[in-house]
Amino acid sequence: MILTPVATIGRSTLALLAGIGSVSLFFFRTLAAMLTPPFYFREFAQALITIGYNSLPVVGMTTLFTGGALALQIYAGGARFNAEEVVPSIVAIGMARELGPVLGGLMVAARVASSIAAEIGTMKVTEQIDALVTLSTDPMKYLTVPRVLAATISVPILVAVGDSIGIFGGYLVGTGRLGFNPAAYLKNTADFLEMWDIMSGIIKGAVFGFLVALIGCYHGMNSGRGAQGVGRATKSAVVSASVMIFAANYVLTELFFTA
Amino acid sequence: MIDITDLHKSFGTKRVLRGVTLNIPRGESMVIIGGSGTGKSVLLKCILGLVKPDSGTIKVDGKDVTKVDRDAFLADFGMLFQGAALFDSMSVWQNVAFRLLRGSLKRPKDEARAIAVDKLRRVGLGPEVADLFPAELSGGMQKRVGLARAIAADPRIIFFDEPTTGLDPIMSGVINDLIKEIVVEMGATAMTITHDMSSVRAIADKVAMLHDGTIKWTGDVADLDTTSDPYVKQFIHGAAEGPIAAIR
Repeated sequence: MILTPVATIGRSTLALLAGIGSVSLFFFRTLAAMLTPPFYFREFAQALITIGYNSLPVVGMTTLFTGGALALQIYAGGARFNAEEVVPSIVAIGMARELGPVLGGLMVAARVASSIAAEIGTMKVTEQIDALVTLSTDPMKYLTVPRVLAATISVPILVAVGDSIGIFGGYLVGTGRLGFNPAAYLKNTADFLEMWDIMSGIIKGAVFGFLVALIGCYHGMNSGRGAQGVGRATKSAVVSASVMIFAANYVLTELFFTA
Repeated sequence: MIDITDLHKSFGTKRVLRGVTLNIPRGESMVIIGGSGTGKSVLLKCILGLVKPDSGTIKVDGKDVTKVDRDAFLADFGMLFQGAALFDSMSVWQNVAFRLLRGSLKRPKDEARAIAVDKLRRVGLGPEVADLFPAELSGGMQKRVGLARAIAADPRIIFFDEPTTGLDPIMSGVINDLIKEIVVEMGATAMTITHDMSSVRAIADKVAMLHDGTIKWTGDVADLDTTSDPYVKQFIHGAAEGPIAAIR
């Protein structure tokens, strides 16, 4: 009886380690599949549209409102130190370094990781993945590689667009609600924003895109049977992709901005 | 043609295949019968390399399937899946011509489409079906498309996994007749797994009874009704009493 909690912890730890090992193996198999032909360009182009282009509205709306809210918050906080004028620069730096990539990554995780996991999971339970194999097609090359590559390339672009829209959201609120001079707002934004602020966010976006698609494909390929199995795979994909984004964001921020 | 020797496969503690030995001669249609959960699908997936056996050997034309070039090996196979397993993001003709649009058998799009339309015609579907999507088809039509896809690249070996599951008796008869005609016409070696006795009688040259992970009986389809094997007798008569437990 007294050992039950210990056994539970032990089982959970083993399951966690098995999960990490399984995802790691999937990661290396994906890398190997990326480096060897055949390459499916049509599937890659299709994935670019569904993952990148179709995510633009949701990323744009999210960053627009976040930029506006950020401007209000910084203005209110800055007023305590008579530092209201920092709004343009902090909005720009905050969007480029943190909020653009993290929000973009999370929106893509919600929209793309779930749909990838559901699509591939359904293909698995309806034997479509087995059918691919019998048709001499490697599912890793045909399903996983195009999606992972497309997400790795398109999410940084989404982040760059999201940064711009978020800064524009801050500009709209700053000039419309907070009384900033439009020209001064833009000058402040441009003067304080450095190239590395933008590049670091874009690199984060590439890493987040890779992780989101990889996790979506992993959970889809390992989906359980039936509707319940696909549902569980979809939920797990969104949850683990979101957690991975936050963890990777911390690690990358440590790498980029300390020492 | 296909030689399976002492094949074993377990999933965790569950031993599904416990030493299956079976020979399918070239050009013959072998039907494997057996109850649900007896390992029929696992056996088929082991041959195709979709499931890795724990031990035993599978040889096709004398070559160990684990040691041959996978692409060349699979190019010889066609398979009709239980639920047809059509790719729902593609049109019917793209499903049928999947193998002809990519990989070592790739050919120009127009030619691939023409072959797909011809194979659809062979399974009784007109060209107007070619541009539809699988979701727009009935179950019987989906099976026909799956059959057209299986024969699109003129394979030497065709597998059929429960070809009549989910179909009404008339459509089952149509699919059975199509399978028989196509296998004879192509001179292909066929392996079918089913528990539908009408399929067995329509498709089979030879029959193998799989139970408890081993082959209990093999023989000509003509001997099916006269055999004294208790497993076969119970199975074909659908009797609750006999060596096969009714509740498994």
